[in-house]
Amino acid sequence: MVEPDYLKFDTLSLHAGQEPDPTTGSRGVPIYQTTSYSFVDTEQAAGLFNLEQPGHIYSRISNPTVAVLEERLAALEGGVGAVCTASGMAAFHLACATIMSAGNHVVASRNIYGGSHNMLNLTMPRFGITTTFVDPRDHDAWRSAITPDTRVLFAETLGNPGIEVLNVPVVAEIAHEHGLPLMLDATFTTPYLMKPIELGADIVMHSVTKFLGGHGIALGGVVIDGGRFDWAASDKFPTLSQPYDGYHGISFVEEYGHQALSMRARAEGLRDFGAAMSPANAFHLLQGVETLPLRMKRHVENTTTVIDFLEANDAVSWVSHPSVSSHPDHELAKELLPKGAGAILSFGIIGGREAGRRFIENVQLASHVANVGDAKTLVIHPASTTHQQLSAEDLAAAGVGEDLIRLSVGLEDPEDIIADLARALRASQKG
Amino acid sequence: MEVKFQEATVNLATGGVKVDTAQPPVLLVHGAGMDRTVWSQQTRYLAHHGFAPMALDLPGHGKSGGELLSTISEMADWVADLIHELDTGPVRLVGHSMGSLISLEVAARHPDVAERLILMGAAAAMPVHPELLGAAERNEILAPQLMTAWAHGTRAHVAGNPTPGLWMRSGCQALLERAADGVIYNDLAACNSYEAGDIAGRIACPITVVVGSEDKMTPPKATAQLVAGFQEVDLRHLEGVGHMMMIEAPDQIREIMLSALQ
Ligand SMILES: Cc1ncc(COP(=O)(O)O)c(C=O)c1O
Repeated sequence: MVEPDYLKFDTLSLHAGQEPDPTTGSRGVPIYQTTSYSFVDTEQAAGLFNLEQPGHIYSRISNPTVAVLEERLAALEGGVGAVCTASGMAAFHLACATIMSAGNHVVASRNIYGGSHNMLNLTMPRFGITTTFVDPRDHDAWRSAITPDTRVLFAETLGNPGIEVLNVPVVAEIAHEHGLPLMLDATFTTPYLMKPIELGADIVMHSVTKFLGGHGIALGGVVIDGGRFDWAASDKFPTLSQPYDGYHGISFVEEYGHQALSMRARAEGLRDFGAAMSPANAFHLLQGVETLPLRMKRHVENTTTVIDFLEANDAVSWVSHPSVSSHPDHELAKELLPKGAGAILSFGIIGGREAGRRFIENVQLASHVANVGDAKTLVIHPASTTHQQLSAEDLAAAGVGEDLIRLSVGLEDPEDIIADLARALRASQKG
Repeated sequence: MEVKFQEATVNLATGGVKVDTAQPPVLLVHGAGMDRTVWSQQTRYLAHHGFAPMALDLPGHGKSGGELLSTISEMADWVADLIHELDTGPVRLVGHSMGSLISLEVAARHPDVAERLILMGAAAAMPVHPELLGAAERNEILAPQLMTAWAHGTRAHVAGNPTPGLWMRSGCQALLERAADGVIYNDLAACNSYEAGDIAGRIACPITVVVGSEDKMTPPKATAQLVAGFQEVDLRHLEGVGHMMMIEAPDQIREIMLSALQ
């Protein structure tokens, strides 16, 4: 059988979006540390401003270093285009603001990152966009929460804090049955573990800050346009399907069709909201993306080793990760995440809130931070930190028990990770 | 712009501006399984540089309704009828791939409507790989994948999109995936069975042909066979560029268009 001779994932991680710099031959991606770009003449300048021809104008809208990262992430996800932003939250906001206006409604998984939950639950309503939260595993709940004002379904590929695996093909079908796009936050999986667009998602966003960067030194976000959704099939998406005065009556669907979302998100969203990624951050994040496949493979291997250790440890009452057979999505994970279900897990410590605090205070190699997806192992005990003001009942309602420790397994030698956890677990039990 | 024609809606992208009937009309015809958006890097530019571009969605493609037309001659007759309906007078006809075959046939069968041809990814015959044809007939995703793989030069498979943030490979594949079932097969079968015969002898208008050195769908050799029949052809070569030249080398194609359309 003939096969498409596409460059493969690992090759794209290193090359997509970049060729040696045409003027200097630079093999590394240069940092174009500039705010603006000299125009050839007034005619070319007018053409650029009027979207008649492509090119760079001002780094709030586009930048050559950032463009390499954008093309590379679009390539890895199989999207038609990408827009990078200052952070993951900026990407989430950009996607929402590009397709929605006041009066619109979102149906979202309730098990999402706290920041995203805040934006949908508290901030967006001030701008007239409301959200109904549903249990991501309850497919009827997704269906029945959709109203005539709904414009997007939103979830994370792997949820928070229970590492719920989203049944992407099923939820995508529900969205499409209603003429709506499915937007996914794929931060925890990265395109190495799952390709959501191939499974039916229409928009994918990432906190590039996490595994894609991998080093924990630079913030970044990205919105990736799947390009398969028909924005003009209904009158629900006028920002894409109707003429826009911002560029002399251009209709993004009419001119750019399947790339309408990418074009509008940049031409309007970056121009007006201005949450652009800096070229220096793009450069740092590109260094991470180059080794994404190698790192994710090792993250998954280390996670398996750590889970085996935790399950056998007397101070641990439970371990939650889709690779564990007691996890409700164990079978689904095998199907949708054959290379592994990521490196973030939670476990219960015997002794509750106090034991959790002692555990955290006794880890030495693992870092106690409010972050995930670093090359280094990270831990947090929500009940004594991020959620410390909550009562035991409120914690339970948030799905965060007093005994819950969240672990983001890093790339250290697994024996060293385990030795560190073992020491801290022992100390946690000496109350 | 949407027009009613033969009881169906026909969609034409005009560069985001109203068609200026005082400007020379340019009709752009896309290739197999694609739509108007393959010209998105040129239409808006032409509209602001003294032309009235109309990038067509063929029947059953993009946002146009209507039934698929199954042979190149039927498509050519339909295009000629549409030009009459639009009442623009003779047009400059720009065609890509299957659209170049359609443009050739329009010029041969209806010389009154075409005053100049600009062809990209053109050949006197377009035999289609049997496995591609089979995949298209079964509406398999392999068809968009193979077409995308073969339609881009080496460089386009890695990088080089001058529009910041756009990724060419998935752009092409997504466009083809969006075609309704049966569309790609219909078009590829039309290309496969087309025979140009003595097309050059039947065409009198000036003709520009653009060749991509890395075009695997209509390789330079196949384009050369077509060109050989004509006494005079304005031939333009693009180095390192494949079949999707309007997207792979949009700046060069804009320049060629501007000079050839004058
Ligand atoms: C799943 C998820 N989505 C989004 C974000 C927000 O990303 P950022 O911190 O880059 O704004 C985070 C992390 O903070 C996250 O973990």
